[in-house]
Amino acid sequence: MTRVFVPRDSAARSVGADEVAERLAVLAPEVEVVRNGSRGMLWLEPLVEIETPAGRIGYGPVAPEDIDGLVAGGMLAGARDLAACLGSVEALPWMRQQQRLTFARVGVTDPLSVDDYTSYGGLRGLRQALAQTPAEVVETVVESGLRGRGGAGFPTGIKWRTVLGASADLKFVCCNADEGDSGTFADRMLIEGDPFTLIEGMTIAAYAVGASEGYVYLRSEYPDAVATLRAAIELARTEGWLGDDVLGSGSGFVFDLQVRVGAGAYICGEETSMLESLEGKRGMVRAKPPIPALQGLFGLPTVVNNVLSLATVPTILANGAEAYASYGVGRSLGTSVFQLGGNVARGGIVETAFGITLGELVNDFGGGTSSGRPIRAVQVGGPLGAYLPTEQFDLPMDYEAFAAAGAMVGHGGIVVFDETVNMAAMARFAFEFCAAESCGKCTPCRVGAVRGVETIDRIVAGDNREKNLVVLGDLCDLMTDGSLCAMGGLTPLPVRSAVRHFGKDFGS
Amino acid sequence: MTSEVVAASSVPAPGRAVRVREIATELRGLRGSLIPILHAVQEELGYVDQPDVPVIADVLNLSVAEVHGVVTFYKDFRRTPAGRTVVAICQAEACRSVGAVELAEHAKRRVGCGFGETTYDGRITLDEVYCFGNCALGPAVQVGERLHGRVTAARLDALLGDAR
Ligand SMILES: Cc1cc2nc3c(=O)[nH]c(=O)nc-3n(C[C@H](O)[C@H](O)[C@H](O)COP(=O)(O)O)c2cc1C
Ligand code: SF4
Ligand code: FES
Repeated sequence: MTRVFVPRDSAARSVGADEVAERLAVLAPEVEVVRNGSRGMLWLEPLVEIETPAGRIGYGPVAPEDIDGLVAGGMLAGARDLAACLGSVEALPWMRQQQRLTFARVGVTDPLSVDDYTSYGGLRGLRQALAQTPAEVVETVVESGLRGRGGAGFPTGIKWRTVLGASADLKFVCCNADEGDSGTFADRMLIEGDPFTLIEGMTIAAYAVGASEGYVYLRSEYPDAVATLRAAIELARTEGWLGDDVLGSGSGFVFDLQVRVGAGAYICGEETSMLESLEGKRGMVRAKPPIPALQGLFGLPTVVNNVLSLATVPTILANGAEAYASYGVGRSLGTSVFQLGGNVARGGIVETAFGITLGELVNDFGGGTSSGRPIRAVQVGGPLGAYLPTEQFDLPMDYEAFAAAGAMVGHGGIVVFDETVNMAAMARFAFEFCAAESCGKCTPCRVGAVRGVETIDRIVAGDNREKNLVVLGDLCDLMTDGSLCAMGGLTPLPVRSAVRHFGKDFGS
Repeated sequence: MTSEVVAASSVPAPGRAVRVREIATELRGLRGSLIPILHAVQEELGYVDQPDVPVIADVLNLSVAEVHGVVTFYKDFRRTPAGRTVVAICQAEACRSVGAVELAEHAKRRVGCGFGETTYDGRITLDEVYCFGNCALGPAVQVGERLHGRVTAARLDALLGDAR
């Protein structure tokens, strides 16, 4: 039976993938329609793939109203002479030029098929881990060089070592799937496209540190991801991948996990705020120390890691620390899952070794703006990340190189703006967002952000411009130095970079 | 400023309290159960009403102030019923780069209410959201349960027209 793939990813669904799948089922009841994850070439969604002896042939973007014509034209037999035909999907330059390790299965498999999962390499990492001691697993992760993908870039293995060394009857693994940054969607696509990988990664983490309970804190703005992950957890329990004797290894290793849905607070992506929220409280940031590794959820030792950090662990265990560390540059080892969004011609997921330049990502993969106008700025790393002009496009994607340039890689989101953007408005928005999302614990953040909005308004209105630019600088210093967490501490990054690189928009 | 139109909840007050207590009792075994309980109440009853707060506090053995503090901290929890269709427009950076602010202005004019408000006929609630993770296909708009990508003003009008 011919197999046809139509993604179930929510980005694909947002442009008609469900209607495409429904129409196909009516027109060609003889084919099997598989709802895969998305390949991450989002400008081609809905991307329909036909399995043929010559590999999977892609068609896209396919609007629901195109389906009848495509089927009549021989799409289901893999006809290559149709305008929408892209040829072999895996041979497309966008795919070929990536190194997909974390995203190896996303878009390829049926996300909720346990058979697909195991036949495409799933569980190899977990089996490997269970054959080692917890301390060996931790050291493998240390040696791989994996750093947290949630933003701060802290070495994952070192964090795990601390949790392993803490003695307690109960420890937790908490996955941060709050993905609040604008321009980031890799956590969502991984969960919707290959949820078992996250489950496997969390299970390995639990084994490595001696935890028995896991929580995934998933934002409420992602209902499809919530549903997919819950379904995957059910399946994993049925398969014995989770539960009282994980993988039936007889080792007595017990682990289970559950999804907790966020409630629309950006600050709950900050790890201690997330823990408060998981405890059923307001998302007030905690002072550190104590660090969550020692006193985390309910005061017990807790691993907190981003989705991508955890989902990368299975490939590290399966293929070895060295294989992973052979990718990347400097202290940024392995691959990172970059996300191209905003005003970009070819938006989507680019998983590649660290060290690729910003320009290569935005121009070569992204193809410039979608409006066709010149690029003016890109924001890297979410709402707390810097705005960079095209002059900085030769910056390598590397934690240290970005920090040295007054910017941050963060969660790897890159948002493109064309020449119509008003950077004073974007700087104002950064303050507005901080004012709205601040947890309220410290004054520089809570009050400073409100003052920031007012100050920018005065600068733009030409009211004591020079003096107010100084006020703005002082305010940024105060927020940087006097904030408990990076919400207040990093909001100056987008603001300052906007003033520095795009001073014209502030009336100079 | 929500509208005065109250899409009458199907569960009357005394019945509501009983139901809220049942939901809270059913879920209180979870660790940190308050937020799952509030989500469940809102999902079934449409919003978290002020009289629900002491009921939940009682079941969880928390103070009313604590529960109230949580309800008001999180944007997701509505204190009044929403309109029949909730239209949520992403206003975060990536969607801004492709016209989400202008789209929102259009929507407000067209619907006749602002963000966080409901039309007088109780038909539509307009909300702002900061990122649906659809940043490569913006502007992103959620209508009811459905997410839409690349939403132009014309497309939004069509979606609003469908929202009864
Ligand atoms: C305001 C703020 C928001 C954050 N949002 C997220 C988020 O959405 N997802 C995430 O994984 N980390 C987020 N972080 C970083 C977390 O605090 C934490 O560093 C991370 O979850 C640790 O996991 P990792 O080491 O695997 O990156 C945020 C931090 C701050 C200050
Ligand atoms: S910097 Fe802002 S968000 Fe962070 S703890 Fe202080 S008030 Fe809360
Ligand atoms: S910024 Fe609008 S969906 Fe992400």
